[in-house]
Amino acid sequence: MAKLIKLIDTSRCTACRGCQVACKNWNRNPAGKIERFKGNYQTRKDTNAVTYTIVKMDEYVDPVNGLQWLFRKHQCMHCEDPACMDVCPRQAYSKTDWGATIHDPDRCIGCQYCTYACPWHVPKYFKKEDIVTKCTLCADRVQAGLDKGSFKDYPLEGWPEGGTDGFPASGTPRELATYVPACVKTCPAGALAFGDRDKLMARAEARVAKLVEEGYRDANIYGRSEMGGLSVVYILSFKPEVYGLPADPKVPGQIAAWKNIIQPYFGWLIPLALGASALSFVTTRLLKKAEEISPEEGGNE
Amino acid sequence: MSPAFGRGAMTNGVPDLRNTDCALIMGSNAAENHPVTMRGLNMARDKRGAKIISVDPRFTRTSAVADIYCPMRSGTDIAFLGGMVKYIIDNELYHKDYVVHYTNASFLIADGYDFKDGLFSGYDAANRKYDGGQWDYQYGEDGLPLKDPTLTHPRCVFQLMKKHYERYDIDTVSAITGSPKDKYLEVLKTFSATGAPNKTGTIMYAMGITQHTVGSQNVKAFTLVQLLLGNMGRPGGGINALRGENNVQGSTDMALLFHIIPGYITSPTNAPNHKDLLAYVKKETPGAAKLPVNSLAEFRQAVKAGFPNSGFKINTSKWVVSMLKAWWGDAATEENDFAYHYLPKRDAKKNYSHIAMFEAMHRGEIEGMFIFGGNPVVGGPNANKEQEAMCNLKWLVVVDLWLHESAEFWSYEAWHRPVDNDKVPKRTPKDIETEVFFLPAAAVYEKGGTAAQTGRVVQYRWQGADPLGEAMPDLWIIDQMAQRIKKLYEGSTKPQDEPILNLTWGPYTYEGEEEPHPELVGLELNGYTGKFEDWNPVLNFTKLADDGSTACGNWIYSGIMTTKSDGSLDYKAMWRDNSDPSELGIYPQWGWCWPLNRRIIYNRCSVQPDGTPWPGDEKRALFKWDPNNAEALAAGKPGLWVGYDVPDFNKNLAPTNEPTKAIPFLMRPEGVGCFFAAKASLGEGPFPEHYEPWESPVKNLLTPQQNNPIIKVWEPDKQSDMDKYPVAATTYRVVEHWQTGALTRNLPWLAELMPNMFIELSEELAKEKGIRNGDRVIVSNTRGDIEGIACVTKRFKPFNIGGKYVHQIGMTWHYGFKGYATGDPANRLTPHVGDGNTMIPEYKAWLCDIRRA
Repeated sequence: MAKLIKLIDTSRCTACRGCQVACKNWNRNPAGKIERFKGNYQTRKDTNAVTYTIVKMDEYVDPVNGLQWLFRKHQCMHCEDPACMDVCPRQAYSKTDWGATIHDPDRCIGCQYCTYACPWHVPKYFKKEDIVTKCTLCADRVQAGLDKGSFKDYPLEGWPEGGTDGFPASGTPRELATYVPACVKTCPAGALAFGDRDKLMARAEARVAKLVEEGYRDANIYGRSEMGGLSVVYILSFKPEVYGLPADPKVPGQIAAWKNIIQPYFGWLIPLALGASALSFVTTRLLKKAEEISPEEGGNE
Repeated sequence: MSPAFGRGAMTNGVPDLRNTDCALIMGSNAAENHPVTMRGLNMARDKRGAKIISVDPRFTRTSAVADIYCPMRSGTDIAFLGGMVKYIIDNELYHKDYVVHYTNASFLIADGYDFKDGLFSGYDAANRKYDGGQWDYQYGEDGLPLKDPTLTHPRCVFQLMKKHYERYDIDTVSAITGSPKDKYLEVLKTFSATGAPNKTGTIMYAMGITQHTVGSQNVKAFTLVQLLLGNMGRPGGGINALRGENNVQGSTDMALLFHIIPGYITSPTNAPNHKDLLAYVKKETPGAAKLPVNSLAEFRQAVKAGFPNSGFKINTSKWVVSMLKAWWGDAATEENDFAYHYLPKRDAKKNYSHIAMFEAMHRGEIEGMFIFGGNPVVGGPNANKEQEAMCNLKWLVVVDLWLHESAEFWSYEAWHRPVDNDKVPKRTPKDIETEVFFLPAAAVYEKGGTAAQTGRVVQYRWQGADPLGEAMPDLWIIDQMAQRIKKLYEGSTKPQDEPILNLTWGPYTYEGEEEPHPELVGLELNGYTGKFEDWNPVLNFTKLADDGSTACGNWIYSGIMTTKSDGSLDYKAMWRDNSDPSELGIYPQWGWCWPLNRRIIYNRCSVQPDGTPWPGDEKRALFKWDPNNAEALAAGKPGLWVGYDVPDFNKNLAPTNEPTKAIPFLMRPEGVGCFFAAKASLGEGPFPEHYEPWESPVKNLLTPQQNNPIIKVWEPDKQSDMDKYPVAATTYRVVEHWQTGALTRNLPWLAELMPNMFIELSEELAKEKGIRNGDRVIVSNTRGDIEGIACVTKRFKPFNIGGKYVHQIGMTWHYGFKGYATGDPANRLTPHVGDGNTMIPEYKAWLCDIRRA
């Protein structure tokens, strides 16, 4: 079936963080530990086990366009060829036929390989429940919508969730709008859109052309082909690195080796390889980014 | 805005933002505080290539998505806009046809008007006020102002305005505001381009404009720009006051202010010119003061016949009498002046605004206080003093969802301060004898009712959930209070108790129920004939009379109620039809918009004087003149204006090419938009003039007059010295929190987003003071000290003010000691000084110093 994507236009985002709250509301996630303000509006450095999405905010001085305050909604990218799914020893990950990468908590054993394998470090370990969690692209909402009708023509012109068109055109039917992901539904600025991949890609291309015309000569689309294509696509005004996004996201070497060579041919080596790679990841991670793997506490409200 | 246009409301509404060619966002952080406005602006960008300009002391979330960002030091808006007026006039970028036909630019001004050394003529230094009589038009023998449509007469408004702003050249303005010249010029060029007849530009503002000692004049400066560019009354144009709360428009409509009664009519005072109803309506109806009438009956005749310089407010007596009938029913009769003597009369010489009230409380003159949804310990200016003032109360009733800081102003926590300061009061619970009552209130989703949003649209909101615990809707609380108070007075024969005994009170409940219903209050606001219980709503305010035959609680809401064919009430606030035949975002059947469901006010200006669209702007013309309209012709009228919105002008007045005869601003006695505010309709003068904030880091570069000459200085000893406290400061809100934070700091999902009080400062100032990002810092001035967390940012830059570098810092004012997200209230530092006209406190520009904790 046709792929559905979420399009995030960072040039329109105002960082109101309505998406962050709507996400918690839909997924019934608690606030988590209330951290102290650290000198940046973003407050939390990263997503955590009970926070599937955050808006990253960075001050950036562009040589051409001067001071910028860049806002990028960060969450699972829903890769077409997801590393988390590849490394999971228990097949807890799966892809829906329209593009979402789903994690099944009942199968998860909390081994956390996926948290290391993901180029964006999206999956987060939830110590309290000994599982990993992440954004679902509101697959439950979207599936309910698909059961009612097709998203083929989405976003409709003039549709409120169509993003840039703002208000609904007079007399537009509203029923299916309910079923877009919670973040898309709540976005007041029209920075988020959900619907048919081809349609939204065309919109993204037009928008990038406009940005280039306005003087953002590095404007680009992120997610067209990265990791086999992403189901969350960004319109960026500057190069991906400026937003802290890897320009060419890759699965770390050890993981690639494990999944492409060892796993298919040396099934009997699995227990050994598993132990070794886990040890290696843990040590490298501990040395490099100690704070990122410290488990988040949930449910402190 | 009222002295320029006749009303003080947002002119165009949020959906109309999609129609603009350029949005000047100044004194507002719209993306942060009115996020939904960004949707309309993004549409305008896509469909019209609109530009967004953000002018702010700090690079905000709005600046982040704007096309142009121009920094400006807090409190220098008039200099900034005065320079724009000069630029528009000098480069002849104004919309000439519009200016000649729809404004008072051509009116001649009497010789008494003058301006010298920062003061207009007629200043009374001893009383710190202007006479205002000198600021008037030259009148002809017909009693109407003289005009020169060529705009060349040296005493015409246009030439006087040109002369007044001659001093505001780009270099001077840039030295005052600290705006880089190239950026300032870019703003001038971009926004002035909307003076072309086929372009419109909107101005969006909020508390960054109003919360100054020159707040009213800041807004007046906008009116000059927008009238010059021909942007008023047209889709995509207007001056859009973004209201600070979802229903603040509704609260002012209902006169939750001391100086007005419902419908923006001056409240009666004990002055001789308000001594009885006749005197009152003569005073409050424009042009009526000198009418030779001696009775209400004669006055009625005069109104019927019409008299000059009155405008639509000639109907004031009908609105007043209908309100008195709504309040006192059968007890209000022609013989007893319709119970006008029941209305409380305020002391004409006294001020009852927020600051004045707390000053009086501080002096011990006030015994008790009700707080509905307020939190002065966090939100009041000079909050240290206001908290001390509350200790003088015998009783306090707080109606709120949460036990917030003001409900617990007596607790130990409430008196904790980050440093010992002998100038700051210190109390403990045992020193405080105030008896505090707390009434838990239902949240907005737990009750039905209406809110009038920023664009004047009144929308009903249905109840979504039952209130928790003992919480009750405000309406129930007030309804019960009124009924019980009336009961207490029952049987009294004292004449002074009559206003309570005879007060009508709905009933706002349906038979057999205890719960009052908002739609029944809506019926009283709309107005009715006969008995209230009979449900005979009047059509709208054109049907109101001043002979006692109609009752109406608030004339501007008249027209909100009608009846369905089965006789049941049809409350238009409940309308939910999103069809939009205009495709301009009018949505005529969605909610109901005062006045008379007009979405864009002053909309006569959307077409040319002759009734045709402005050249090249056919799509945004709201009306056309139909000279063959059968209905109008049958009624003996020359024709009818037809179109998408409700006409804000005489719908039968044929198009005219004679200047100023189209009456596009019918609420003004002049009938046109006013550059020149005549007869002291604004206290500081007919044209806005730049004065520094009460606490400013620099001297006024334009004139020797440092501050607004008419402000009341309550605490001269508390003026922070620019040498001791050299850092300029301002306050603002963030999208994650709501006002004093009682609602949002108690919600974990929002508290985690903005968990603590923080102070934003530039990298340059941080370096000077040895402050690192995330450090604890202390901010101090004459009124106290607060602690917060430093947010060192590139988004604040020092200002170059005439060669002197001035630092500015900023902070949110949401925090207090209760809830999940906590911190010191910024308002412990803000001054007790207000605007010259409205008394709104100067929260947005004051002085302080900052150091590491």
